[in-house]
Amino acid sequence: MATVSLTVNGQSVTADVDPRTLLVQFLRDNLRLTGTHVGCDTSQCGACVVHLNGEAVKSCTTLAVQADAGVVTTIEGLAQGGELHPMQAAFREHHGLQCGYCTPGMIMSAVDIVNRKGPDLDEQTIRAELEGNLCRCTGYHNIVKAVAAGAQAMAEAPLQQAAE
Amino acid sequence: MTATGIGAPVRRKEDQRFVTGQGRYVDDFNRPGQAYAYFLRSPHAHAAIRSIDVGAAQTMPGALAVFTGDDLAADKIGGLICGWMIHSKDGTPMKAGPHPALAQGKVRYVGDHVAVVIAETLAQAKDAAEAIVVDYDVLPAVVDTAEAAKSSVQVHDVSPDNTVFNWHLGDKDATEAAFAKAKHVTKIDLVNNRLVPNPIEPRAALGEYDFGTDNYTLYTTSQNPHVARLVLSAFIGVAPEHKLRVIAPDVGGGFGSKIFIYAEETVCVWAAKKVKRPVKWTSDRTEAFLADAHGRDHVTHAEMATDENGKILGLRVHTTANLGAYLSTFSSSVPTYLYAPLLSGQYDIPAIYCEVDGVYTNTAPVDAYRGAGRPEATFVVERLVEKTARELKQDPAEFRRKNYITQFPHQTPVIMAYDTGDYAASLDKALELADYRNFQARKQESARRGKLRGLGFSSYIEACGIAPSQAVGSLGAGVGLWESAEVRVNPTGSVEVLTGSHSHGQGHETTFAQLVSDRLGIPIDQVSIVHGDTDKVQFGMGTYGSRSGAVGMSAIAKAIDKVIAKGRKVAAHVLEASEGDIEFKDGRFGVAGTDRSLAFGEVALQAYIAHKFSGQDLEPGLKEGAFYDPTNFTFPAGVHICEVEIDPDTGVTTIERWTAVDDFGVIINPMIVEGQVHGGIAQGVGQALLEGAVYDRSGQLVTASFNDYCMPRANDLPSFQVGMTVTPCPSNPLGIKGCGEAGAIAAPPAVINAITDALGHEDIAMPATPQAVWRAAQKARMPMAAE
Repeated sequence: MATVSLTVNGQSVTADVDPRTLLVQFLRDNLRLTGTHVGCDTSQCGACVVHLNGEAVKSCTTLAVQADAGVVTTIEGLAQGGELHPMQAAFREHHGLQCGYCTPGMIMSAVDIVNRKGPDLDEQTIRAELEGNLCRCTGYHNIVKAVAAGAQAMAEAPLQQAAE
Repeated sequence: MTATGIGAPVRRKEDQRFVTGQGRYVDDFNRPGQAYAYFLRSPHAHAAIRSIDVGAAQTMPGALAVFTGDDLAADKIGGLICGWMIHSKDGTPMKAGPHPALAQGKVRYVGDHVAVVIAETLAQAKDAAEAIVVDYDVLPAVVDTAEAAKSSVQVHDVSPDNTVFNWHLGDKDATEAAFAKAKHVTKIDLVNNRLVPNPIEPRAALGEYDFGTDNYTLYTTSQNPHVARLVLSAFIGVAPEHKLRVIAPDVGGGFGSKIFIYAEETVCVWAAKKVKRPVKWTSDRTEAFLADAHGRDHVTHAEMATDENGKILGLRVHTTANLGAYLSTFSSSVPTYLYAPLLSGQYDIPAIYCEVDGVYTNTAPVDAYRGAGRPEATFVVERLVEKTARELKQDPAEFRRKNYITQFPHQTPVIMAYDTGDYAASLDKALELADYRNFQARKQESARRGKLRGLGFSSYIEACGIAPSQAVGSLGAGVGLWESAEVRVNPTGSVEVLTGSHSHGQGHETTFAQLVSDRLGIPIDQVSIVHGDTDKVQFGMGTYGSRSGAVGMSAIAKAIDKVIAKGRKVAAHVLEASEGDIEFKDGRFGVAGTDRSLAFGEVALQAYIAHKFSGQDLEPGLKEGAFYDPTNFTFPAGVHICEVEIDPDTGVTTIERWTAVDDFGVIINPMIVEGQVHGGIAQGVGQALLEGAVYDRSGQLVTASFNDYCMPRANDLPSFQVGMTVTPCPSNPLGIKGCGEAGAIAAPPAVINAITDALGHEDIAMPATPQAVWRAAQKARMPMAAE
């Protein structure tokens, strides 16, 4: 067994885990944070995307021990003070989800895109940057709209962005 | 229209939980003492099983039990069933081979279920499965759809030539006569490529048994939990129906693949009692590729006869449909009654004759996938219509217009009676939105850059609102296809609607609540939609075939009418008026011609406190149920126009414009309807350009992961221009036609018609990958090079 200590959604957690435990298994099974999903076994679909030390990672391809001493944000930790994060609100407003299964990973990737590329995202950039996230329901049309709108809203809500 | 009523783009009620990670899917449920199931699957496409030695596996760390088909048989657990009987031309019933949940004596496709290990952890179950010794006698496999009936390999003893049925529909003699007098005959050979549905949530099952009450519970990724319960109890015999609770909670997409009753949920329920522990199985993606029911896989030759004026005289079609190694739950209906009755398309075709041979192969079972038979029919009709127009040197839009059905109702030669539509209106709107008149200028501009531009139409129709029970019964269905609803009004005036429909992305919690809010005049947040639990909802047929609006909501509307009728009686007592004088309007029961009225909530309270009427006069309470059986199929239709640009040097096809104009009848929530259209188009474009399940000659699935099977990504698709026309459906009380499958039905021929237009020849198959298009583009260049 290996001991991991990390901060997840602002809470410190320490646990003994089988060294082969994936970060997504640790989040779902140990912490019962089931908002992070598993949709494939080849690191293709992106349903498992979380933020590790401020960057998007696929938690199905990250060992829990690799996150030791790190800071993890999952979809459950994105909303602050009972208010949806601007990107969450944009997905709802622009119907950027249907079954909801890819949505947590999609939103975590979208926030990461804005963090890296800034709030002024054109359609081509958004489509290219979503390369690692699969959605089978929406045809991406409304996801692209939601990401563009969410990016603008994040720029207008600097306090919340800082909190994230 | 109110802000939350019928027609309003209400933001979805369910989204709050989905965007915050609070959705609850099957794999998110864990039960105390839960163990894990892992299925040992066949690595061979076809093999006899000489023996299975589970001794070593049973002693592996953490292993609780290892079961094989013999254990299921010993407990008299029956095989999986196909619920739609098809008869061949000669009147003989289809040849359904046995379909045990765990193999008995033979495996018939890679991924077939050989044994199951139940262990403390999933990792231990996998390790133990590796210790199972199976002695296989590997047999040659048959994989190819067109060759199956001629193969010396025999998949099932009941079918020496691998043929499940030789079925037909239409008037052969009349069709031959039509071709005899034709001025022109257009011929086409088509392959409708095999697809893997791939909802992003993999299937999962969690079975539990309570020894105290003898109750079984199954959490499962199902589009139709009551159908699952019925099949598991009445046919497979896992548990009595009244002792089995099936829960389908949040489900992450289905597209047909979660309709069916599979081996894994059967085994999880049964094994939970055997090992005295809850048993959980969650598919990984490779298992989903191997063992979820696939879609499509047709090989077709079709011919269209036209007269000297370009009027269509007749259509004849021969299709071989690959049904895979076993008949899945509704597999036999897909290439027959969900296919051939759509071959008239939007066109007035006097004579149609279609033959379909269903065949077994050593591949995964094939069943309904988004559209189910109707995309295959539309691909035949729309490719053939486009090719005919080109051969006759007629504008493809005007050729279609000339042949459109314009009078309704219209009886086609293939069962269907179209109730309403205005196909020319959709065409006109689509031509305008697509800027068709300037297409040639855009084509020339592309040519100046060395690019090939093409435009393709798809003027599709589908049959939804599935379906009138008597009609489908006469066609072989084992069930009726009505829907149920129960409207429970609480004393405080809030409402719960229990529906037999199931939402797995469609947004029923919002659209169904819009109907209730609209009809009862109460705020939408006072309405809850309850679905997906057989302990709560009495019965239901579930969600598929774009039926939840036309059938499911019609049942709710019927129950609401009963609630209002009962409310009138209550109000009459309270207001001391005659029932005939009570009007219900804008959420209030009032006495006609007076200012005396009660709000809906006040009547609800009076119904429950029952102080103002005697129980002899009127029963207390306000709760009504309804079963709604549709009177006809519904016929959504529309025109999609795809415009592509091809780089002949790389073979890359770029979709430059997509125009969709659909007639879905009355629309409850345009935001959600447009979303359904977008998603359907994406799956249709996926079929046309990217996706294809490929088995090698030995029956290995070489496209068994997202690395190898090309799913559409954001960058593969354009934004879509979506328009609507409306002819209300006369066949249900809400005027709804259905929208869930339209995009997937319309899109493939639109894409291929655009590509063939760009290339200048018809020789391209789906998926039109860059390699295939590059080869086709070289072929198009050859004559030029020769000049």
